[in-house]
Amino acid sequence: MITIEFNGVQSEVDEKTTMEDLLRLAKVESRFCAVELNLEILPKDHYASQVFCDGDKIEVVTLVGGG
Amino acid sequence: MAEPPIPAPASSAVPDSQPLRVGSHILKSRLIVGTGKYDSLQLMKDSLEASGSDCVTVAVRREKLYDREGKNLLDYIDLAKYTLLPNTAGCYNATDAVRVARLGREILKSLENPGADWVKLEVLGDSKTLLPDPIATLEACKLLVAEGFQVLCYTSDDPIMAVRLKAAGAASVMPAGSPIGSGQGILNPNNLRIILEYLKAGDPDYPVIVDAGVGTASDVSMAFELGADGVLLNTAIAHARYPVAMATAMKHATLSGRLAYQAGRIPRRLYAMASSPEDGSITSRPW
Repeated sequence: MITIEFNGVQSEVDEKTTMEDLLRLAKVESRFCAVELNLEILPKDHYASQVFCDGDKIEVVTLVGGG
Repeated sequence: MAEPPIPAPASSAVPDSQPLRVGSHILKSRLIVGTGKYDSLQLMKDSLEASGSDCVTVAVRREKLYDREGKNLLDYIDLAKYTLLPNTAGCYNATDAVRVARLGREILKSLENPGADWVKLEVLGDSKTLLPDPIATLEACKLLVAEGFQVLCYTSDDPIMAVRLKAAGAASVMPAGSPIGSGQGILNPNNLRIILEYLKAGDPDYPVIVDAGVGTASDVSMAFELGADGVLLNTAIAHARYPVAMATAMKHATLSGRLAYQAGRIPRRLYAMASSPEDGSITSRPW
């Protein structure tokens, strides 16, 4: 197991967990989201293959109401 | 200026003989509305519809992974109808603003919305006034323009700053009428007049959009009567007692203000000028 920071929360995941797995577990609609891995935007076509290293920081953002 | 056509009343969009052009974007309505602070997403949806706008602003925020209500803003916005304008609200430095702009672009690209290539840049200097940090705003504007963004830039009503932002490549300069959400309207119409004069000198189609501070419909009309090309507002509708009614009022204020500007107002005079003829009067004068 490795520890990652997922939207500010420390989480333990298996080394084989992909970004796609992570989003599915979190029930996130990926079409409505953008994902950063260590402050770099992760292209959507990398979600299925992207695995993590210990200490990786993942940020998933969406659109909300704003002016 | 040619006499403008009289628009048909009660259409859903605000008609204009000249649509609002911002960079490569053409908007049917000159009113841009925000999507924040509504009591419910359904009320937001109904208010957007009533406003006649075809462009709405949105913010980028961390996805709530653990306490989600199951509703997404985008379930209530018809992406075929509205061009989304993502903002960088809540950013206090250029680095964060560029980061948020890139994330907004990434989401809009996946939604295949035409708003993916533009951004409402907002870099704040102070959480109490929400006034922009001019130095960080200019820095962020340059960085985003270099990355290919069409930048609609929130700024104060300082004419010199407005000129600097236009020179930095902003697709539109968006001076605040008064602080965000304050409802104080346009506090310094003279500064707005100077901004319009400076930015449109030799470039009459350059879009200047009044962003922030609107409290009620007359503020919108005033902005257009001064010659603004567009108005962007949020709280004035979302926090009105009846948001859908206020959104309707804002649509008509946009129409009235713009038409009055095109029609050309009479000059202000110190003394009166009788509307009825003096000639042929049968009454006596006291002098």
